[in-house]
Amino acid sequence: MLYPITTVHYLMLSAALLVIGTLGVLARRNIVVILMSIELILNAVNINLVAFARHFQNVQGQIFAIFVITVAVAEAAVGLGILIALFRNRKTVQADEIELLKW
Amino acid sequence: MLADTLLFYFFALLTLGGGVLTITRRSAVHSAVALITSLVGVAGLFLLQRAEFLFAVQILLYVGGIMVLFLFVIMLVNLDEAAHQRQFRRQWWLAAACAVAVGAEVMWFLYQGAGALRLPPPAPAAAGGPGNTEAIADVLFSEYLLPFEIASLLLLVAVVGSVVMAKKRI
Repeated sequence: MLYPITTVHYLMLSAALLVIGTLGVLARRNIVVILMSIELILNAVNINLVAFARHFQNVQGQIFAIFVITVAVAEAAVGLGILIALFRNRKTVQADEIELLKW
Repeated sequence: MLADTLLFYFFALLTLGGGVLTITRRSAVHSAVALITSLVGVAGLFLLQRAEFLFAVQILLYVGGIMVLFLFVIMLVNLDEAAHQRQFRRQWWLAAACAVAVGAEVMWFLYQGAGALRLPPPAPAAAGGPGNTEAIADVLFSEYLLPFEIASLLLLVAVVGSVVMAKKRI
C-alpha cells in the first residue's frame, strides 16, 4: 500500500495539494495569499500531468506542463499588476473590502 | 527502489507542509517563504518522475522568477496593517467543509480505482538515446509549434498588460 510508489500516490498527492490551494483561495482575505494559492493549484495540475506522462511513457504530458507554467507566469504578472493598481486606488489588500460592484 | 520511496515521501512532505503553511501564516512574507518550500518540493517530484527539464524550469521560473515578483509586490504594497487584521473570511468553515468533501471524494475514487491503473514496466532508458530535454524539444518544436508561438504571444501581452496596470498614469 505505502511501499511501492505508483502513479496513484502522485495523483493522491496532487489532489491533496489542490484541496489546500482551493481552501486558500476560498478562505483567505489577503489578495497576495490568494494569488499564491492559485500557484499551488496550478502546481497540483502539473504534478498530475507529469505523473501521467511517466505512466504512459509519453512526453506530451510534460509539454502540457510547460504550457501550464507559461500561463501561470502570465497570470501572476497580470494579477500582481492589478493588485498594485488596486492598492494605489483603494489602500487595501483585503479581498472582501473591495465591494464596489457588490449589490 | 527504497530510496525512491523515501524521496517521494520527503518531497511530498515538503510540498504539502509548505502548502499548509502558505495558507495559514499571518505574515505574507512567511507565506511566500513557505510557498518557495512547496515549489521546491514539487520540483523534486518532477525529478523523481524523470522530468529533468521541468525540474530546471520549475526552479528557474517559479523559485527564481515568480517568487521574486511576489516578494517585490509584498514590499511595494504595505501589508503591515493587513497582518494585524482578521486573516480568514467569516465563511471559512463552509469553504473548508466543501474543499475537504471534494478532496475526500477524489481520494476515495482514486483508492477504489488504484487496481485499474497498473503501470506497465517502465522501459529502461536506452543508453545514448535522446534525453528528456531532447525528447521535449523534438515534440515541442514539431507537433506543438503553433501552441508554442501562441504561448509566446500570451507572454508578450501579459508583459505589456502588467506594465500598463502597474503604471501610475497611463
